[in-house]
Amino acid sequence: MSLATRDVAWSADGVPIVDGVTISVPKGRFTGLIGPNGSGKSTLLRLLAGLLRPRAGTVLLDGRRLGGLPRREVARRLAVVAQESSTDIDMTVADVVALGRIPHRSPLALMGRDDLRDARETEEALERCGLAGWGERRWSTLSGGERRRVGIARALAQRPAELLLDEPTNHLDIHHQLDLLRMLARAPVTVVAALHDLNLAARYCDHLLLLEAGRVVASGPPAEVLTARWIERVYRVRVAVSAAPDGRPHLWYSPLDETASPG
Amino acid sequence: MTADDLPRAAAGAVPAGPRAPATASPAVRRRSLTMLGAGLVLLPLSVAVAVTVGAAGLSVGEVFVTVAAHLGLPVDPLSPLRDAIVWELRLPRVLLAALVGGGLAVCGAVLQALTRNPLADPYLLGISSGASTGAVAVLILGLGSGAAAALTAGAFAGSIAAFCCVLALIGAAPGGSLRVVLAGVAVSQLFSALTSLVVIWAGDAQSTRGVTFWLLGSLASASWSAAALCAAATGAGLALCWAASPALDAFAFGREAAASLGVAPGRTQLVLLVTTALATAVLVAASGAIGFVGLVVPHAVRFLAGTRHRVLLPAAALYGAIFLLWADTAARTLFSPREVPVGVLTALIGVPAFAVLMRGRSTGS
Repeated sequence: MSLATRDVAWSADGVPIVDGVTISVPKGRFTGLIGPNGSGKSTLLRLLAGLLRPRAGTVLLDGRRLGGLPRREVARRLAVVAQESSTDIDMTVADVVALGRIPHRSPLALMGRDDLRDARETEEALERCGLAGWGERRWSTLSGGERRRVGIARALAQRPAELLLDEPTNHLDIHHQLDLLRMLARAPVTVVAALHDLNLAARYCDHLLLLEAGRVVASGPPAEVLTARWIERVYRVRVAVSAAPDGRPHLWYSPLDETASPG
Repeated sequence: MTADDLPRAAAGAVPAGPRAPATASPAVRRRSLTMLGAGLVLLPLSVAVAVTVGAAGLSVGEVFVTVAAHLGLPVDPLSPLRDAIVWELRLPRVLLAALVGGGLAVCGAVLQALTRNPLADPYLLGISSGASTGAVAVLILGLGSGAAAALTAGAFAGSIAAFCCVLALIGAAPGGSLRVVLAGVAVSQLFSALTSLVVIWAGDAQSTRGVTFWLLGSLASASWSAAALCAAATGAGLALCWAASPALDAFAFGREAAASLGVAPGRTQLVLLVTTALATAVLVAASGAIGFVGLVVPHAVRFLAGTRHRVLLPAAALYGAIFLLWADTAARTLFSPREVPVGVLTALIGVPAFAVLMRGRSTGS
């Protein structure tokens, strides 16, 4: 077990956003958070990352209460890629990725002690995201998808054991979506990602958590969660499930008020 | 992204095999080190040369002899008059200019990072309006019989009062960087209004002129004690902010990103806001509100030396010092026998410099 929650809850202006969630994230596996808009995926991710303090319940990292751990220690373990992040500062890509090294720097790093190691880690993280040689580019000149990949490189430079991502495939073309998800699936780290595309989630995730109105209504391997019964109820669409060539479920959708369903 | 270069985070292993250690941005790194080195040479040189500039002609050698004599070294001192010109008039003023310029540039750089607002300057937190209210109260209402020390004390008290109002406004509820900026703007307006009220209610022509001169910023009242106070403020401010430079870097993508990098955003923001506010209050009390140094110098330095605060802050201190030192030298000599408030000159130089910088940035990227 790496990350877990016990009856965790969070609300905004009295409206419950996450409402009594108890989960346990399997270590070293790729867990997908799925659910309709407003079901609490992002909030649950931020609770897991320790960026929000639960109003009730606890978040545990290796059995220890996350809120009681030093922030820096958490940052050495756990990296977060937010859904939207931007800066007005005219930074180079290498500078952005090097931000991920901050939690690992000793106070002596101010004198340049960790520079070589940090530069090497930065370069390697860029390579892993297919951005080798991009270090000198200006972040402000990149497209949305490129910025997204730089953000993921920043998180990898943090050398996390737990990697949390909020809709990491947003803004990415299909090639880079597949590339990224394959890398996440193969990475020997614990990954939790909020995903919108259920078929991509089916293909790459080991474990899925289906949220509805702040509660986890189903969890398990994709074949158990991505059933017509659950998806029709939670997403309010008509669904036909078939098997993809790799044996994983593949969903075909149509609106509820349409009678004919393809597949 | 291939199977061969998966994250090895869990093991924390360093990649095997000989690989040239890639420096993140060698060009920027070289340039930033050059800038720091050049600044370290230029600043003492500028101080020595600027002291010789003025109505009474002096040589750099005479400046060194005077300094050596006052340090108790066995040299033949200058005539008492020339000695006094160097030691009592010019040297404190040149040093004060350097210290105020360096301090304002550092505070500006820190506030721009903390609030993620490129328009932030050291006066963002209401410091200068508070200082003017305090100074005006002393000058016009005759508190403390209008002595120079009372003026400085009044300005300092006013700055702190304004900053406390800002803190009260942002402390009411936890909030983002925008809240800091809005609170600063609101409090600045309040204290400007108070200043105007006092001037119109009780001011006469002469005291109003004195206030104006002070509001525009002037180093004419420089003294060794003012320089010492500013040295303490600039030195301590730079040291503290420099120690926090990784945290300042982490703010680039906002508070939540900073938190996910292990920085406590609320506490860091509060500590650094208080640090810059106190340092600025000391500087403003000694020199008035000198505009543009704290806004333009950090941008210029960032453009040339990169965005990492570890280099940016000391470079801003060096070049802010050099910039204000020469601006003040021009202010006291160019229009001789008249003297122009140095704040007027910094704006006259600063705005075109800013324009060139923005043009360079938009075509360079």
